[in-house]
Amino acid sequence: MHIPDGYLGPHIYIAFWIIMIPIWYYAGQKLTTELRSKQVPLLALSAAFSFVIMMFNIPVPGGSSGHAVGAGIIAIIIGPWAAIIAISVTLVLQAMIFGDGGITAIATNCFNMGVVVPFVAYYAYKFISGNSAITSSARIIAAAIAGWLSLTLAALCAGFELGIQPILEHTAEGVPLYMPYPLSVTVPAMVLEHALAFSILEAVITAIIFAYIQRTDTSVFYGEKSKVEMNKIKWEVIA
Amino acid sequence: MDKLTRNLAIGLVLLIIIAPIGLIASGTAYGEWASDELNDKIGYVPQGFEELSDLWHAPMQDYNIPNGPSFENSKLVASAGYILSAVIGVIIVGSLLYFIGNKVAKE
Repeated sequence: MHIPDGYLGPHIYIAFWIIMIPIWYYAGQKLTTELRSKQVPLLALSAAFSFVIMMFNIPVPGGSSGHAVGAGIIAIIIGPWAAIIAISVTLVLQAMIFGDGGITAIATNCFNMGVVVPFVAYYAYKFISGNSAITSSARIIAAAIAGWLSLTLAALCAGFELGIQPILEHTAEGVPLYMPYPLSVTVPAMVLEHALAFSILEAVITAIIFAYIQRTDTSVFYGEKSKVEMNKIKWEVIA
Repeated sequence: MDKLTRNLAIGLVLLIIIAPIGLIASGTAYGEWASDELNDKIGYVPQGFEELSDLWHAPMQDYNIPNGPSFENSKLVASAGYILSAVIGVIIVGSLLYFIGNKVAKE
């Protein structure tokens, strides 16, 4: 899903720089007000994990390949705003040092993988989990669905950004200047290979890491209080 | 470092070691074709694509060792380059976020 330079014309890639700059700014503000020192190692690990998990390319019939992003479980652990920062730093490095994703397309790729995935995953997980206990095994299913849905919707966005190119960017004779395939080709291609393969991997990764942390220390999850904090609140109520 | 963080870090190291599994998928991802692959598909290289696609030359293009033998030549070299890329990536993003995190974190 790392769109390279040359596939997006200036209409789309400039639009996404304009969209992303305030999002990065706000995410930075949120990080400054919310981040606890206990979470710092998890923030660093999240970005590192996402970098590595994106290297696990899996083949699909038809000769294409793709990967999971890991941003769903990251959002459930460190929160969607911190996830934007972690994934964006990773994507910038991938573009600059490893040529994975274009320089002009950094903002677009950060939107798809760094905003859509964490936000869809976090709120889908919250919505499906409802009021169930944090230790409930239903939450593992919720995390898996959130992982699947988030990457599939990000693929839909990428398919749209690519497929809109022939409409927005063409010569006077109508020859495409950038991505040559129309929406009717790009959207099904991106959505299907993700829905049937890469998003399933994302769901499995999300569920495994969720289940492990759920068994180890639920206070790590974003928005969950630790036992110590819960006791403090209890005492304050009694007092 | 608490037990959870330590175990997650161990998991990450294991992932780095097995990262070359990701080289099994030799096909290019949808919409990420190089200039020649696009030419094979549609019979021409779009003009805007030609101008933009050469914008940046990454030092470790496609997670390969810089100026090293390319991945068609040797699976071993490709795997070594892939693991090295993962180590470099993890060290850079990990330390960058650890530094930023410690600067802004409370308590």
